[in-house]
Amino acid sequence: MDQPLRIVVAKPGLDGHDRGAKVVARALRDAGHEVIYTGLRRTSQQIVDTVRDEDARFLGLSSLSGAHAHLFPQVCEKLREAGLDDVIVFGGGIIPDDDRPALYEVGIRAVFGPGTPTTEILEFIETASAMENAGVGQSSEWHWNPSA
Amino acid sequence: MADEVEAAFRGDRRALARVLSDIENGTLSIKNILDGQPSIEKNQWSSMAITGAPGVGKSVLVDAIMTYWATEGIRVALLAVDPSSPRSGGALLGDRVRMTSVDNPDINDRVYVRSIATRSSSGSVPLIVEDMATFLLACGWERVLIETVGSGQAELRCAAVADRIVVVEGPARGDGIQAEKAGLLELADIVLVNKADLEGADRHAGELRESYALDGDDAPEVMLTSGLRGDGVPEASVALLHLNSSGRATRARMRERLLGQHERRLILNPSYNAVLDALCEGTLDIHEALTQLQGDEHE
Repeated sequence: MDQPLRIVVAKPGLDGHDRGAKVVARALRDAGHEVIYTGLRRTSQQIVDTVRDEDARFLGLSSLSGAHAHLFPQVCEKLREAGLDDVIVFGGGIIPDDDRPALYEVGIRAVFGPGTPTTEILEFIETASAMENAGVGQSSEWHWNPSA
Repeated sequence: MADEVEAAFRGDRRALARVLSDIENGTLSIKNILDGQPSIEKNQWSSMAITGAPGVGKSVLVDAIMTYWATEGIRVALLAVDPSSPRSGGALLGDRVRMTSVDNPDINDRVYVRSIATRSSSGSVPLIVEDMATFLLACGWERVLIETVGSGQAELRCAAVADRIVVVEGPARGDGIQAEKAGLLELADIVLVNKADLEGADRHAGELRESYALDGDDAPEVMLTSGLRGDGVPEASVALLHLNSSGRATRARMRERLLGQHERRLILNPSYNAVLDALCEGTLDIHEALTQLQGDEHE
């Protein structure tokens, strides 16, 4: 790996549980990436501003509050508005299977549930970073098939 | 690439962030970027290092100062450095968690925060930060703060990258003898004793002032602040804005530059990792390794 990937890990909305986000951030760090953690209770706009100013290649969204169906698409929309089409977005938390197709639809490339091995998230990062058009505003229809 | 630099000069923050990455990654040199650009008018100072031990409250205090300045209309950028893992090379950059100024829509067009990992450099600041600060200034940011990795008594690398040095201390940082010890405190242009809302801050400030009193006229000022509560923050913000150099760090600055650049050369040598591997395997000793790294450079 030449340069470490810069990855923002964010907690959108009113959700005070960040154990999962921290575990993911730690796994990404230990794999040699530079992880920018936003802290809790961020608005969509704050997250997009952070991705922009930190020049992040990936954005990981964590939600355990049930608001993912509203907040995740909102973040994706604002990323595109800001011209950040090439940022690759993934999500995780308590996200029912039925809710996932709609998230893939708005450009989220992976949704990871509880019990996902961190190695799988790293595999996703590696696969997606090698793709040309997996950004949130780009043409690919691809998404990761998670084990959990 | 040139388009992105142009866009950054015009105030496009996404382009700014990307050019900063290119500078950090060594794919763009600041010399090439600024070639032909008009030189910018310098303030009393342009870049200021904020350093001090881990946990004394640097991030919260810096955030409070940036809020004060931005409210006054000043465009301020922060380069916040956190350590890279010596094992994986990765980093968890968490300074942003404590930043409220970047989230405040009334002022955040005048606040830019960028998290930086130390990567392979030793010390509390990678030297490339100086070039990143230069680019920010060229893009119209008026003051650049550089928050170092939490660092102790002998970490002086920040002198190499900034015009001014602010040392942040906390309450109850050891007895009066700690204040007498040589090192970082000698290079400070000002000392802020933070967490002044906690017990022991007054006493520690007193000990520092007593120690500096032996230095004579060029001793730095010692101020009390509470980044959390805001006490002393307006006074400190004003003092920092007009801070003169104590002139104490001139030689140390040059020495740290020299040593830092020397280290950078070794690290940037293409065989650096191979030499490290060979050292771990025991197939090279330290002297052979040094000869190899320094020798390659002249080829």
